[in-house]
Amino acid sequence: MMAATAVSPGYRVARWGYLAFCVAAFVFLIAPILVLVPLSFNAEPYFTFTEGMLRFDPEAYSLRWYRSIFDGDEWTRPLANSLIIGISATVVATVLGAAAALGLAHPAMPGRKIVTALLISPMITPVIIAGVGMFFFYSNLGLAQTHIGIILAHAVFGAPFVVITVSATLAGFDWTVMRAAANLGANPLVAFRRVQLPLILPGVISGSLFAFAASFDELVIVLFMGGLEQRTLPRQMWSGIREEISPTILAVATFLIVFALLALSTVEWLRRRGSARA
Amino acid sequence: MTSRESPRVSQPVPRPLWRRALGPRLRAAGLALPLVAFVSVTFLGPMLSLLTKSFYDPEVADALPGTMAALRDWDGQGTPSDEAFAAVAREFVAARTERTLGRTANRVNRVASGMRSVIMGSSREMVEAGAAAEAAGAATDGAFWRETMISIDSRWGGPEPWRALEAAGQRLTARHYLKALDFERGPDGGYVRAPEVWRIYVPLFWRTFLVSLGVTLLCLVIGYPVAHMIANSPPKRANVLLLLVLLPFWTSLLVRTTSWIVLLQNQGIVNDFLVAIGLIGDDGRIAMIYNMTGTFIAMTHVLLPFLVLPLYSVMRAIPPAYMNAAVSLGATPFQALRRVYWPQTLPGVGAGCLLTFILAIGYYITPALVGGQSGQLISNMIAYHVQTSLNWGLAAALAALLLGGVTLLYVVYDRLVGIDRIGLG
Repeated sequence: MMAATAVSPGYRVARWGYLAFCVAAFVFLIAPILVLVPLSFNAEPYFTFTEGMLRFDPEAYSLRWYRSIFDGDEWTRPLANSLIIGISATVVATVLGAAAALGLAHPAMPGRKIVTALLISPMITPVIIAGVGMFFFYSNLGLAQTHIGIILAHAVFGAPFVVITVSATLAGFDWTVMRAAANLGANPLVAFRRVQLPLILPGVISGSLFAFAASFDELVIVLFMGGLEQRTLPRQMWSGIREEISPTILAVATFLIVFALLALSTVEWLRRRGSARA
Repeated sequence: MTSRESPRVSQPVPRPLWRRALGPRLRAAGLALPLVAFVSVTFLGPMLSLLTKSFYDPEVADALPGTMAALRDWDGQGTPSDEAFAAVAREFVAARTERTLGRTANRVNRVASGMRSVIMGSSREMVEAGAAAEAAGAATDGAFWRETMISIDSRWGGPEPWRALEAAGQRLTARHYLKALDFERGPDGGYVRAPEVWRIYVPLFWRTFLVSLGVTLLCLVIGYPVAHMIANSPPKRANVLLLLVLLPFWTSLLVRTTSWIVLLQNQGIVNDFLVAIGLIGDDGRIAMIYNMTGTFIAMTHVLLPFLVLPLYSVMRAIPPAYMNAAVSLGATPFQALRRVYWPQTLPGVGAGCLLTFILAIGYYITPALVGGQSGQLISNMIAYHVQTSLNWGLAAALAALLLGGVTLLYVVYDRLVGIDRIGLG
């Protein structure tokens, strides 16, 4: 994009420097994540590449750490907990968040700015602060060390994601369309289902994915409020890293990377579909 | 302008103006209401209880009500009245037999260190002295307890332990905040700044601020060219590059932290590699993790996408024609970059930096896992007081101070960008 007229040597050096810097930055971003994947197939209990792995000796690779995920309930229980908590929190966050976004997008919504600020405040408050407050508050209510307490906390962190993504799909929505639907005989519920819902659906799905991912990865609340019964995947990884690190954690990490890739692709696909239609 | 007119009535019955104006507003508000209520209970409630806990501490007052009542008329000089001795003795002995005195003693000890041993030591002998006196049929009144307590521990004959009890018994108190700002009780009961070597929290706040600033600047230096490259690539390549930023963004924090441990630890991949190519000896492996370096590297990696994404969305909207025009008007590419391109990206720079900084300042998990001793930040101290020392008042005050700082930053963010414009990827 820079004009080709100014091809001084200094410019050329800067250009190459820029390219090299960017490549290095992308490597910095992605390499630490990708490096875990081959390591998770290590046949030895090491966290580094063995000589055999570097020679691509098939003997040096194995699935033993993947099998060990399913040995006993050390990882399966936390996985189940994470799914139960994540899905419940996502359902609550999605329903409440989508409804709120519809209200906020309506031209007649009173006090939009302050309500928006209130609704997204859980997302932008440092979790450590919210975590301390929730620990006091939920302990008083007897909700510490229960699934319900953690689900409520995760739902309130997840809802802002849904509000934001659904609001984005509603930006520029022509509300006269709803009046037209009403004029054509649709009651408000039908008008919503047939006109607005298809429009906001990509936002709802993206938002719920964000909310689920946020819950699936949340640790501070679980550390403060969760007991043994509420051990989630991040909680188990936390112990794994701090106490005795076993390469099983690499297999779990690979699984989570695949999950991230799937979630990311879905959201990007929905976004592109949305912008293609707009 | 109602949206509920029946289609079969060609001439809708005119409705009162207030209903026509209010109906849609109520419906819109009604849709938002469930989440507003939910957030108020599950989030604002905890925030209020955090703030309350930071200045309201009834524990000692509730544990020693008689003592507090008797100390109310005391002028803080010498020793209090005999009634105070009698009340303290009654409540210490009762609490000791119910095994609740230890908790109270801990609380008082936070106000004046050393008080735990004074209380626990004296009370043990007080139980025996009281029982002995009763067995002998002697009176156990205030004068008796004054004499007994001072003979058990001469400190009861001075004002210090009484002042400590009185201070710990304040329900509404600023002591947690004072402690969080490294003030301590002086010998006369007033608060003075702790000697420099004993200051913990203010230096830690300061360190957190500097680390967050450093990480933010590092993210900006790395993120600016990256965002520029994505924004100026042909669409297909831009999508691939964007994926390289979004994958870390979506990948679990624990996974990313694990990978930095695997890479940077002493027997890790980077050290192995440096040894293998002969850059360092096997005994010269570099300590890159479990210290401030580890915190810095891992936090930069975690936060980089939060800076790249807002920058990218601003840069994408800058037409290349401006730069071309600047160059064709005789500017060197560097002049064009500095005077034409950079100013146009400032909104993105401001928004991205502020968001990154705010996120960095509250970081807990990463420093806890890779920070070792020297890489801990204020949030680790908050977690320590919640989980280990159980000094919840202090944890609340530290968190409230942090919240105040973050709120201030958001006011700036709101002025700069608008709080309702926080986007996602």
